[in-house]
Amino acid sequence: MELYNLSIRKAHELLVKKQISSVELTSAVLANIHRLDPKIRAYLTVVEQRALEQARKADIRLHSRENITPLTGIPYAVKDCFSTRGIRTTCGSKILQDYIPQYSASVVEKLNNAGAVLLGKHNMDEFGMGSSCENSAFFNTHNPWNLERVPGGSSGGSAASVSAGLSLFAIGEDTGGSIRMPAGFCNIVGLKPTYGRVSRYGHIALVSSFDSVGPLTQDVYDCATVLQTIAGKDPKDGTSLPDPVPIYTTSLEKSINGLRLGIPREYFQAGMEAGVETVLQDAIRVFEKLGMQVQEVSLPHTRAALPVYYLILFAEASANLARFDGTRFGYSTNQKVESVIDLILQTRQEGFGEEVKRRIMLGAYTLSAGYYDAYYLKAQKVRSLIREDFRSAFEKCDVLLAPTCPTTAFKIGEKKQDPLTMYLSDIFVVATNLAGVPALSLPCGFSEGLPVGMQLIGNHLSEEILFQIGYAYQAETEWHNMHPLIT
Amino acid sequence: MNTIKYEPIIGLEIHAELLTITKMFCGCSADHSSLLEPNTLICPVCTGLPGAMPVLNKKAVEQSILVGLALNCTINEVNIFARKNYFYPDLPKGYQISQYDHPVASDGWLDILDENEGTRQRVRIRRAHLEEDTAKLMHKGNFALIDFNRAGVPLLEIVSEPDMHSVQAILSYANKIRAILRYLGVNSGDMEKGVLRFEANISVRPLGSQELNTRTEIKNLNSFRSLTQASSYEINRQIDLYNNGLDVNLETLGWDEVKGETYSQRGKEEAHDYRYFPEPDIPPILVDRSWVQTISSQLPELPDAKNKRFMEEYGLSLQEVRSLTYEKEFADFFEKVVTLSSSPTKMIYNWLTGEFTRQINERNIDIQKIPVTPENFAQLLDLFSSRVINDFTAKEILVEIFISNKNVRDIISEKGLLQISDENYLTDLINRILSENPDPVKQYLAGKESLFQWFMGQVSRETKGKSDPQVVRQLLQKILKNNN
Amino acid sequence: MVISPIDTATPSISTDTVRYIAYLIRLKILDEETKVFSQQFSQIIEYFQLLNEIDTREVPPANENCPMNNVFRDDQVLPSMSREEFLNNLPQHEGYYVKVPLIFDDR
Repeated sequence: MELYNLSIRKAHELLVKKQISSVELTSAVLANIHRLDPKIRAYLTVVEQRALEQARKADIRLHSRENITPLTGIPYAVKDCFSTRGIRTTCGSKILQDYIPQYSASVVEKLNNAGAVLLGKHNMDEFGMGSSCENSAFFNTHNPWNLERVPGGSSGGSAASVSAGLSLFAIGEDTGGSIRMPAGFCNIVGLKPTYGRVSRYGHIALVSSFDSVGPLTQDVYDCATVLQTIAGKDPKDGTSLPDPVPIYTTSLEKSINGLRLGIPREYFQAGMEAGVETVLQDAIRVFEKLGMQVQEVSLPHTRAALPVYYLILFAEASANLARFDGTRFGYSTNQKVESVIDLILQTRQEGFGEEVKRRIMLGAYTLSAGYYDAYYLKAQKVRSLIREDFRSAFEKCDVLLAPTCPTTAFKIGEKKQDPLTMYLSDIFVVATNLAGVPALSLPCGFSEGLPVGMQLIGNHLSEEILFQIGYAYQAETEWHNMHPLIT
Repeated sequence: MNTIKYEPIIGLEIHAELLTITKMFCGCSADHSSLLEPNTLICPVCTGLPGAMPVLNKKAVEQSILVGLALNCTINEVNIFARKNYFYPDLPKGYQISQYDHPVASDGWLDILDENEGTRQRVRIRRAHLEEDTAKLMHKGNFALIDFNRAGVPLLEIVSEPDMHSVQAILSYANKIRAILRYLGVNSGDMEKGVLRFEANISVRPLGSQELNTRTEIKNLNSFRSLTQASSYEINRQIDLYNNGLDVNLETLGWDEVKGETYSQRGKEEAHDYRYFPEPDIPPILVDRSWVQTISSQLPELPDAKNKRFMEEYGLSLQEVRSLTYEKEFADFFEKVVTLSSSPTKMIYNWLTGEFTRQINERNIDIQKIPVTPENFAQLLDLFSSRVINDFTAKEILVEIFISNKNVRDIISEKGLLQISDENYLTDLINRILSENPDPVKQYLAGKESLFQWFMGQVSRETKGKSDPQVVRQLLQKILKNNN
Repeated sequence: MVISPIDTATPSISTDTVRYIAYLIRLKILDEETKVFSQQFSQIIEYFQLLNEIDTREVPPANENCPMNNVFRDDQVLPSMSREEFLNNLPQHEGYYVKVPLIFDDR
């Protein structure tokens, strides 16, 4: 096996046994980036020298046998929505095309302290607004399983990168499926943790009340390992949860026999491609074989999830993106302007892409005088009902199973002109963000040569159980071991 | 022209910077005004860098609750922060974190004294809410320069109902709020540093009428002077408009200090669509009864209560008492001197509000940093009232202790300032002066009695002001009589 | 105060409304864009109307019902960041100040 296709677990073993060094491993991944990224275009920025320097430091740490963590010397990259000190951070937007932050996100600090090696920054839909990576201001990322297709979004660069061996893992961010959806399209594992489980400090906010930082990895074991490192209370994020972080990897092999798997009726009625449904039914049979009790449950307000999600997104995003005004950092118009208002108007006109403009304008509209109650407040109320749906579903079962996306990866350009249809591809992923609960997307088969993902949705802070079930599934199946052949 | 009498209706918003050590949402020092270097108290949070997140300073909430209690407000059990969205280069995030429909305190009141009528009047307080201050903006030619040291400093906005009907009333109200905030230790009251800023909502109506006319809002009034000048200008402007058959426009006004005029702030109108929504980065604050009780136990004696007690304990009039209690430190100083000194209370009051206050004002001394100890001042007064030193010397020593706060007795012995009341010495001196000035003596004896003061002055000059004037007077009268 | 041209009777969003909200969030838009946005927005807002079928009279908004409350920071000073780096990132600065063009609506 090529070094760049190693799992974190395996790479760690080899590093600790001194069979490879972090510099060798990092160099192998960098070489693979040189070879494949011109086709995939997963990276917006690669920090080669810096990565090698970090790898050398990791090797010293590995040699000293002190303070070694499961991620020491492991090369990874982050979605470009995370602030990285001294490294350009664009959030996929022209408005930040040359922005070099003077501080790092807490998640990057944690990984740095653990000795992980940062390779660079992954492409994404501008400010996370998109489901295909086509809204990046810079270029499209291509799905390693079929270069004419999208990798999903918004963490498309991250999913494509892990899938193609351009990083051993990635840190993405999931506002409404942005980790899970591309993970499903690219045949890797992606976790949207419980809201607040991982610090958002330094993540360039899209929807502050949905944004969840999480890992994209090759398998469930790696996912548990990364979450272990990045989870926990952060004094800089007032919404991060104080609950202790379990040692996820030690309970992975626990039997899932007797656990109750709920199949939300509405998700299967909402319509999905036949190929996706077939694969899902196969997966259900695997869970039955593993001793899980499968039962149908109802999430009655499923149909409302998408409008609620978008209404809250528009509102919060319109405020979160107000700071990009060309006065303090990032892009500022080169046009001659007479006043600061002109400067702001012109900078934002030139700096934001169309989808961003659409969404923040709709946000201004729905929050505007006289409209708050009809849109934002209404959405927050229905959100309470959706949360309630999940609460009562979790009285009947331990986890829910749903497809990650109603389709497999679609063609680049296919949905770009129709925003509403594009929004509909988020139908299975957004409800979990509304409820704040965790969801783990796993590879579960192929339809017409393209990967299909499923998600296990758990109750508040149930990541441990999700990992157990996912781990048991992967012990039984080979889907996650399949790598794309990129020519 | 018929002259209808108009009544102004005024409501006041007071923005008070709280005296926390750090800013409202980050660990940067909040002490922005004492630093000269711009953009030194900054971090990702208060400059609105992408990805930065606010975490609420507990002290700011506690100080706000304290103010709410002092202003007789209901302390709301649920506090929710909200984003107030508007663009201005002094607002780094493009929204201000404030409180909207769940403020920290609401429905309070404050009694003020109408100076003209001497009547007590109640001003209702609608609400007090917490918000973050903006950066400081300075204009320079075709550009504006921004300093973020102030950005994110906690502000408490205290909003009154439109219950005031004269400029005098708003001045009393504003002064009283300032005094209370200083008593509570939550605001320095240092107007020059802009720690208190006002916005006045003004409308006028014919006296006796109950209608509510269009109001205007004057923003950014940073001193008591501009508050009163702008308000009276605006009241008169509105009355003039009505008298000329014109209407008042609902608008936001600025105050031009130089021209002494209010002016319309065009372009701010659309900013009224602030698109408030709950701040998702800050979980709700639940204020339970026990927390309120703990804070309530920290409430000091407030000006009204102190006034009442001072009147009862020290037999002073309300007018007198208020000049003592306006500043808490001054009231405390007075009380300490009263305890330490055996001089009459009224005399202590006269000295404190007279010569002592003059020294403070002349030397531009911060009332919180009175350089004289109450012990030393009490001793000075006692030496004076027991006639060990005279009035002239006492004032001289007062000046001296304001410079050095040296022990009063040491100053007296060092400078030989003991009062001269030795009758033999003074008799000799007076005889000498009279013999050296035969003409004035003649004139005096001929009936020009005003020359008596001139003789007193000569004695005082010869003794460099140390002679006991009472003794000199008696001796002089006796000797002049004998000369006759 | 400018009265918002938003029309509450129908969910369709006029080009005037598009212009108004674009200015609210300080976005210069071209005339030809307003038409496209107006159509797209009307379609999207129309889709949102399905929420009106749900009875929420007795339901509290989710954001007021957080899993967490009373998250505070102690009033302790933390080091500030480098002014030099901050200034270097600015599009314009003068001395130690952030510099922006003239502000219109202040005299």
